[in-house]
Amino acid sequence: MTVPMEYDNKIAFSKGLRHGIPIALGYFAVAFTLGIVARKAGVTALQSLIVSATNSASAGEYVGFTLIGKNAAYLELAVMTLVANARYILLSCALSQKFSDKMSMIHRFLIGFFVTDEIFGISVAFPGKLNPFYTYGAVAVSIPAWSIGTYIGVVMGNILPQRAVSALGVGLYGMFLAIIIPPSKKNKLIASLVITAMLFSYISSRLPLLAAISDGTRIIIITVLISATAAILFPVKNENKEDV
Amino acid sequence: MTHNIYIYMLIMAGVTYTIRVLPLTLIRKEITNTFIKSFLYYVPYVTLAAMTFPAMMDATDSPVAGSVAFIFAVILAWKGASLFAVAASACIMVFLIELLPFISI
Repeated sequence: MTVPMEYDNKIAFSKGLRHGIPIALGYFAVAFTLGIVARKAGVTALQSLIVSATNSASAGEYVGFTLIGKNAAYLELAVMTLVANARYILLSCALSQKFSDKMSMIHRFLIGFFVTDEIFGISVAFPGKLNPFYTYGAVAVSIPAWSIGTYIGVVMGNILPQRAVSALGVGLYGMFLAIIIPPSKKNKLIASLVITAMLFSYISSRLPLLAAISDGTRIIIITVLISATAAILFPVKNENKEDV
Repeated sequence: MTHNIYIYMLIMAGVTYTIRVLPLTLIRKEITNTFIKSFLYYVPYVTLAAMTFPAMMDATDSPVAGSVAFIFAVILAWKGASLFAVAASACIMVFLIELLPFISI
C-alpha cells in the first residue's frame, strides 16, 4: 500500500520541525518575560520550567504566576486558569474537526497538551486531515524553547538591570494586544468589547470599593459580565467559527 | 494560610490540560447551543483586554512609559505586526522612555 506524502509520519514530523522554528523563536522571547513575572511571584527557575512545560499557555501561566505571588486561594487559581485559557476550548473544538475518525485516542490525549494559538494555527492549516506527527514536530522545537525561555527569564531576571526588567515586563501585554487587536480591526463588535473590557477594568481598579477585590476576581466578573451580555445581545452566527 | 507551590502547579496543569483535551476527546459534534458558543467566542477577547489594561501601565517603573508602550503596541498590532514584533517593540519603547532624563523611575 502506498502512503500519500502528507501521511508519511517522518516527512510530516520534519515538516513540523521546520514550521516550528519561527514559533520557537517567538516563544523564547515571550517566555523570558514570563520568567520575570514568575521570579517576582517567588517561583523558582525549575518550578517555572515545569509550569511552562506542563501548561504551554502564555496568558494562563501569567495569571497563575501572578496569583501564586499573591498567595491566592486554590479555587481562585483554578477558576482564573479556566477563564484565562477558555479560548482553548474553542481551539480544541475546531481542531477536533481536523482529526480523522480513525485517529487513536493516544494522539488525542497527546495533542491535548499542546493546543496553543500558534500550534493550533499551523495544525489546522495542514492539508487534509491532520497527521499528528506534524504537530509533534512543531511541538518538539517550540515547547522546549518556551520552557527553557521561562527558566532563563527567572535566572537572568536576577542579573538584568532594573531598567531592562521594567522594559521586558510589558512584553506579555504586547503579545496579548497582538492577539486581540487584529480581530478588533476586522470586527467592530469585538473592538467595542475590547474597549468596554479595558474601560471596566480601569474603572474597577481605581474605584475604592471595587479595587479592594483581587485582580483575578475582578477580571472574572468583568469577563463573565461582558461576554454573557454580548452573547445574549449579539449571538455568534456559524460563519464566525473560522475567525478563531 | 500559606499555599503549597506544587499544589498550585498541579492545579494549573490540570485545569489547562482538561480544557484542551476534553473537546478533543469527547465532543465529536459541533456545539449547537448559540449562547454557549457565543459566550466562548467572546471570552478570550474580553479577558485579554481586561488583563492588559490598566495592568500594562502599572507594570513599568514609570506609568508614562507603560502608557506610551501600550499605545505604540496597539498601533503596531493594528498595522498587522507579528506577535513577536509587537511584544519586542513594547519592551524597547519602555526602555527608551525610561532613559529620558525627565522621567523619574
